[in-house]
Amino acid sequence: MKIAVAIKQVPLRDSPLRLNAAGTWIDEDTLSFEINEPDAYALEEALQLREKHGGEVIVISVGPARVSQTIREALAKGADRGIHIESSSIDTFGIANLLATALRPESPDLILTGLQSDDLGYGQTGVVLAQLLGLPSSTIIMQVEIQPGKVRVKRELEDGWFQHIEMPLPAVLTIQSGLNKLRYATLMGIKKAKTKEIKVISLDGAAEVAPPSAVIEKLYAPEKNKQAQIFEGDPRTAAAKLVEKLRFEARVL
Amino acid sequence: MSVLAIVEQRMASEVLAAAQQFGSDVKAYSIDLPYTADAYTSAVEELIRKVNPTLVVFGHTYQTRDYAPRLAARFGRTLIGDVIAARFEKKDPPVFVRQMFQGKFNADVRLVGDGPHFVSIQAGAWRADGSPQVEKFSPASVTSRQVAEPPFREAARAVDLTAADIIVSVGRGIKEKENIPVVEALAQALGAELAASRPICDAGWLPMDRQVGSSGQTVSPKVYIAVGISGAIQHLVGMKGAKTIVAINKDPDAPIFEVAHYGIVGDLFEVVPALVEELKKTK
Repeated sequence: MKIAVAIKQVPLRDSPLRLNAAGTWIDEDTLSFEINEPDAYALEEALQLREKHGGEVIVISVGPARVSQTIREALAKGADRGIHIESSSIDTFGIANLLATALRPESPDLILTGLQSDDLGYGQTGVVLAQLLGLPSSTIIMQVEIQPGKVRVKRELEDGWFQHIEMPLPAVLTIQSGLNKLRYATLMGIKKAKTKEIKVISLDGAAEVAPPSAVIEKLYAPEKNKQAQIFEGDPRTAAAKLVEKLRFEARVL
Repeated sequence: MSVLAIVEQRMASEVLAAAQQFGSDVKAYSIDLPYTADAYTSAVEELIRKVNPTLVVFGHTYQTRDYAPRLAARFGRTLIGDVIAARFEKKDPPVFVRQMFQGKFNADVRLVGDGPHFVSIQAGAWRADGSPQVEKFSPASVTSRQVAEPPFREAARAVDLTAADIIVSVGRGIKEKENIPVVEALAQALGAELAASRPICDAGWLPMDRQVGSSGQTVSPKVYIAVGISGAIQHLVGMKGAKTIVAINKDPDAPIFEVAHYGIVGDLFEVVPALVEELKKTK
């Protein structure tokens, strides 16, 4: 079966983030980037399904030139080829449109992506992509079982509940972190990745997508909550102060 | 501004409260169908074409996340998901505020063009009040490619965190499974239950039934000590009802400090052992 995995490149976890001068986005100049964590689980699931059922895994990503590095890393983990749509758009609907256009001629049997991104956190790209391709979808998936012509999934609900859903293939699934164990790229994998194909689709700004229906007007640090009493200084002094407060002020110990 | 509130059992009165803040002309409906993504997408699409609202409001539940983006896409829109506030200016619709970068920043999001627009509100962001009329909507016809089985729970939870008076909870800051005893020692010194944020349970460092957050347990102990937990919203919804919240984190800008009553900014590998020592000393 042919599996496409839509991945996103996001700032390295725990990077110190600063706003740009206009206060509309983060300053990306000094940042390092990596694969969005839930997308890494989607990729792993795709690789495991290929091992079980045979076929091909294609990774696809929308983003600026730097994204090719993340695609290359996915190839090193075992994906067969990559598609890089060069665009700086951050609009969900626009990005889903770009993915749909590139994936339509590929007609994959299954499309996986992470349930949400660590940057925007909209958690919609996969679902919108399914709508644009006219495919059924299911979200926050913890288990994928391929059956003839269909897929049975375990979907996470709130408060520790789950549900099994069946739908015909092709389908789009958004994958929850933690459903499998991530593999590392092997030396051989890294070597092989150098010869694997990454198809680059360049879009020259103009008329690449419909105008977004929502724009980020301003990005800013949330107002600080003044209620927290923060203890600083050396750990022992801070610890002593905290215990004293918990005993005599909060009276909870 | 005309507002259509789509109400499910979860977050019902919060959604109604938000809808009433957003506009004076509010119609509220629940969908009279068993849930599947396809069924709800077409049902609410039919309802929107009938009611013709400027704004459609949902609770940001797992169900909404499953179908509302698809629905919005049918109208060429992006769902503005998980909003925490709305700011009103001279013209409708308001500017919506949502968190980005895992809560490190807020974003003011402005809607462009005519309605219908789509927003879902974060759990706990609006105070539930009153219970206006909610009508039931039954669509003319329904087809669904998804076939859903009844919801189920995994084997009964071995740990009931909701009964604990004191909880010590650990997050990514612990770095490795081998470091778990550092926080175990603190839990022991306090007679506390040990809990964790999702990534720790995903990695198998602690069992799933010790997970606090939207997909784990919701707790409200007397004391909740968050160690190396940055405070993503999925975690906060599971613990912000605690009476006293203590945060220990090396990042002074971590969102966990926003809900904490007491905090220590520092290296948990120095702070936690110091705390254990202090607790033993003064017992």
